[in-house]
Amino acid sequence: MNGLTALSATEIARRVASRDVSAEEVTRAHLDRIAEADGGIDAFLHVAAERARAQARRIDADLSAGRTAPPLAGVPVAVKDVLDIEDLPTTCGSRMLDGYRPPFTATAVARLEAAGAVVLGKTNMDEFAMGSSTENSAFKPTRNPWAPDRVPGGSSGGSAAAVAAGMAPVALGSDTGGSIRQPAALCGVVGLKPTYGRVSRCGLVAFASSLDQVGPIARSVEDAARMAEVLCGWDPRDATSARMDVPAFAAVLGGGAGLRVGVPWRFLAAGVDEGIMSAFRAAIDALRSGGAELVDVDLPHVSHAIATYYIVATAEASSNLARYDGVRYGLRAGGPGASLRRMYGETRDRGFGPEVKRRIILGTFVLSAGYYDAYYLRAQKARTLIRRDFERAFAECDVIATPTSPVPAFRLGEKTADPLQMYLADIFTVPANLAGIPGLSLPCGFAGGLPAGLQLLARPFDEATLLRVGHAYQAVTDHHLARPPL
Amino acid sequence: MARVTVDTVDHVAQLANLSLTPEERATFARQLDEVLAYAESIQALDTRDVEPMSHAVTAEVMRDDVPAPELPREKALAAAPDADSGLFRVPRVIGG
Repeated sequence: MNGLTALSATEIARRVASRDVSAEEVTRAHLDRIAEADGGIDAFLHVAAERARAQARRIDADLSAGRTAPPLAGVPVAVKDVLDIEDLPTTCGSRMLDGYRPPFTATAVARLEAAGAVVLGKTNMDEFAMGSSTENSAFKPTRNPWAPDRVPGGSSGGSAAAVAAGMAPVALGSDTGGSIRQPAALCGVVGLKPTYGRVSRCGLVAFASSLDQVGPIARSVEDAARMAEVLCGWDPRDATSARMDVPAFAAVLGGGAGLRVGVPWRFLAAGVDEGIMSAFRAAIDALRSGGAELVDVDLPHVSHAIATYYIVATAEASSNLARYDGVRYGLRAGGPGASLRRMYGETRDRGFGPEVKRRIILGTFVLSAGYYDAYYLRAQKARTLIRRDFERAFAECDVIATPTSPVPAFRLGEKTADPLQMYLADIFTVPANLAGIPGLSLPCGFAGGLPAGLQLLARPFDEATLLRVGHAYQAVTDHHLARPPL
Repeated sequence: MARVTVDTVDHVAQLANLSLTPEERATFARQLDEVLAYAESIQALDTRDVEPMSHAVTAEVMRDDVPAPELPREKALAAAPDADSGLFRVPRVIGG
């Protein structure tokens, strides 16, 4: 990574706007970088080189014609293949959607393009965003740029790896239980899951609709803030999108002293890798040195978050994924003359991979007659208790800090045979989705040579405080400046 | 506590319109039994007088019901595995 591919999104937009460099040159440098580096990483499922160059030339032509530069002028962006773009394939990492071309573009992508960003292509992911390692992609695993024998995390593993490896300065991911924050942590980059309702889900392929949220992956908090400014905002095409004012996040990044940082020590007492824990303690010390006041907070019900999440999320997924029936789009199997039931069954058997089937079975089970009250309804009540934990904690502090992942990047294949072990790695990220609050992961050093992530959580719609604390941390530390040896 | 057997998986797979191989049925039964045994912890929670939470949206989500242009028919049908005369075609359902 050097030259134009080492620049931040903020710096690219500034230089393109001042005509110091053209959007086309920036795009070409990143496409070259993908051609050179992605063979060993496999971050991309589809590189849209022609489309990207055409988009970059349009931006350059607009600037030549004297138009005002948009906020992300010429900034290349990689898009997780869970977001629709009208003239590109959407696979969601699944055979079910192999060859599918969606009829419209996701609002999040449309907003970025309207702001001058250039889409480089679609990135690899766990099938239908179900997974924590990107190994559940039906097409190929993605490798961690810091250690090619290890996973990049997931499910937005392709986006995180692309940003870490300098193939894109910023990327889009989606986060249902940690799928932006955990791969950001494992790849040593920044990931923001906004408040539920902040970013439109229109054009985001649904996994668990009450938990899914789109957000940015970047190499600095400042770049994530610039992306968030463009992404957030009400969209009439998503009934759950919030009519809330969006602050100019990047402009309010200064300060952070005097804020109260809550640490749920009891929640962190067991099961955290020693190296991750010492990186986390050092990060807490750095926040205190930066002027933050540390507070001990208790989240008594979050120990139930994994159980709650894997009931709620699979229940919603079993319903959402009923749409893949071989009728309107995607794969149809069963052969000519097959009955309707047989066509459904064979389409879904051939189209879905093992993890997706496992979750559909679990989700259908917890919703089925005789088990609904004991599992689904009870999990929804546990969700209320978890949300209340956060409401109480945020009466005493402004942000809550935890490690993002209890372990650093694990080896490819290490956890694939044991789904429960894979699920348990989401312990620190799922509570934010259940409560609907925003979360930020940022690099905080290394554990055994692998990136460690610091997670910050805030009150609903208070991304500004989250980004301010994160930026203040990056102003006094240099962990976010470390790059993988590629 | 509910135990997941191969029969449970069979029943649920049928509800979910999933055809599974015998190996998948056995593996899923074992793995889902483990996951549900873990999830058993929520049975111990005191949830008396606790409202279930179905989503995190607190804002008004209703809108006026106003007709507006939507996806044109040919675009909606473009990705269909089988379409005919402006309609999705499915295997015969009645009288097959």
